[in-house]
Amino acid sequence: MHMADALVSPAVAATMYVASGASAGTSVVNLRKEDYSKKIPVMGVMGAFVFATQMINFTIPGTGSSGHLCGGMLLTALLGPYAGFLTMISVLLIQCLLFADGGILALGCNVWNMAFYGCFVGAFLVWSPIMKKGFSRGKVIAASIIGCVVSLQLGAFSVTLQTLLSGITELPFSVFVATMQPIHLAIGFVEGLITAAVLVFVYEAKPDLLYRYEGVKDKENSRMSLKGTLVTLAVTTLLIGGGLSLFASEHPDGLEWSMERITGSTELEAVGHAYEVAGGIQESTALLPDYAFANNDTAFGTSFSGIVGSLVVVALCVLTALVIKSTVKKKCLRTRI
Amino acid sequence: MSKISKAIGTIQHIDDLNSRDRWMNRVHPLVKFFIVLFYIAFTMATHKYDINRMILLAIVPFVLFVLADLSVKDTLSRLKIVLPLVFFVGALNIFIEKAPFTIGDIQIRSGFISFATLTLKGIYAVIMSYIFIATTSIEKFCKALRIIKVPKIIVTQIMLTYRYIGLLLEESERVTTAYTLRAPGQKGIHFKVWGTLAGQMLLRTFDRAGEIYDSMKLRGYIDE
Repeated sequence: MHMADALVSPAVAATMYVASGASAGTSVVNLRKEDYSKKIPVMGVMGAFVFATQMINFTIPGTGSSGHLCGGMLLTALLGPYAGFLTMISVLLIQCLLFADGGILALGCNVWNMAFYGCFVGAFLVWSPIMKKGFSRGKVIAASIIGCVVSLQLGAFSVTLQTLLSGITELPFSVFVATMQPIHLAIGFVEGLITAAVLVFVYEAKPDLLYRYEGVKDKENSRMSLKGTLVTLAVTTLLIGGGLSLFASEHPDGLEWSMERITGSTELEAVGHAYEVAGGIQESTALLPDYAFANNDTAFGTSFSGIVGSLVVVALCVLTALVIKSTVKKKCLRTRI
Repeated sequence: MSKISKAIGTIQHIDDLNSRDRWMNRVHPLVKFFIVLFYIAFTMATHKYDINRMILLAIVPFVLFVLADLSVKDTLSRLKIVLPLVFFVGALNIFIEKAPFTIGDIQIRSGFISFATLTLKGIYAVIMSYIFIATTSIEKFCKALRIIKVPKIIVTQIMLTYRYIGLLLEESERVTTAYTLRAPGQKGIHFKVWGTLAGQMLLRTFDRAGEIYDSMKLRGYIDE
């Protein structure tokens, strides 16, 4: 994602230098507030580490290709956003000067696209909220993958905007975005997995190295309570069933689409006594036919159907779980006897 | 030769080049930096159909290249990193920009002109950056950054990263060689050991940082 000098105009480059410079200034000010002297060598060596490990090819299973670590997210998770951002600047500067990977004029853009999103968005909008109530293996994996995907998506979008604003290409915005975003979605996911693998190793070997880790307190809080889990699931169910169901697509689903292509209709005509009887039973028992009140097709009906449907599914799941549990319990008792 | 070995070779080669005693190497780093930055900005501001100016602008990198006494082969090898992307974006213009453009008696698509100017911009920018780094050591550049009041923490950071890149590249090379010898015929690192391989290296890096901090303090390092 390194931008070359030829892809940016001086105006865009200057704007991005100012934006990245301001972020660097903020980082320096914030680092000075804490005792950062011990962090300096860590930042220096970690910059070199990111540089060196980005040269290692990590094989992606099932494909013939390989990926590498996501520097911004890894540095944020270990050093925090401010120190991570400054470390990324040095990595990008050295890559640009020594390896011609990114240009001198485009350095401001590259710092913004690869360091700003990875470090600041990664830290404040992904890592910190996820780790707020403590660390766990799952949370480290989730934060790494989400952080990498989000930061790469934002970075790729910025590359598109910067190139188009520079007037370098006449390619339409929609085509450019449609080319850049999906590729970086896949790259972000793979980089997220590699970053997650490294951070999980650190979490298990030396968790105190991770940003915002607070020791035993984290371990105590890392598991979400049963009540919390149930409330979260209930709220999500109501939101999806009652709210998002209103935006459900009116187009046919995959199966209906295929049938329409072959037969010209989304529903197949079934002729026979058995079909008629089954259809009659379904019509008389369906409380909310076609996800709405009978003879009343309103938005409220759709929301109501979504919520009722979700509750019925939950009730059935709980009932099944209770039956299985009691059966297993009885079997265990018989075995002991 | 592996990617890591190539990177180590590049760093050593550039270190050799910028430690030579040439006229260009003796020019103050800030002067060189601002000339390069100004030149690149001026070149990038050139209109995409102004091919005449682009040809004239070749004089500056050519003169500096001769003064810096650099190898043509090394310079061309650096272009292969940047040119594919520039070529890709530029080549799309050939299909999109269909308006006619006249050069003398010949009429061609304007897309070809914008493609040519974009490619030249890419080449000039890479050559100028190479001239700068091949005649200026990172230490001198960092010293110059302090003159223009770049915070000490950033400058120290750049120097430390540069200092340890060689060391960590060598370590990565050792680790990957050891892995490859134990996993013959396998391309890259298997996903089952992603975490342990890079994680072990990371923990060693942190230990190393602790040792550096102790030695910095023993040598009297004081924060800003």
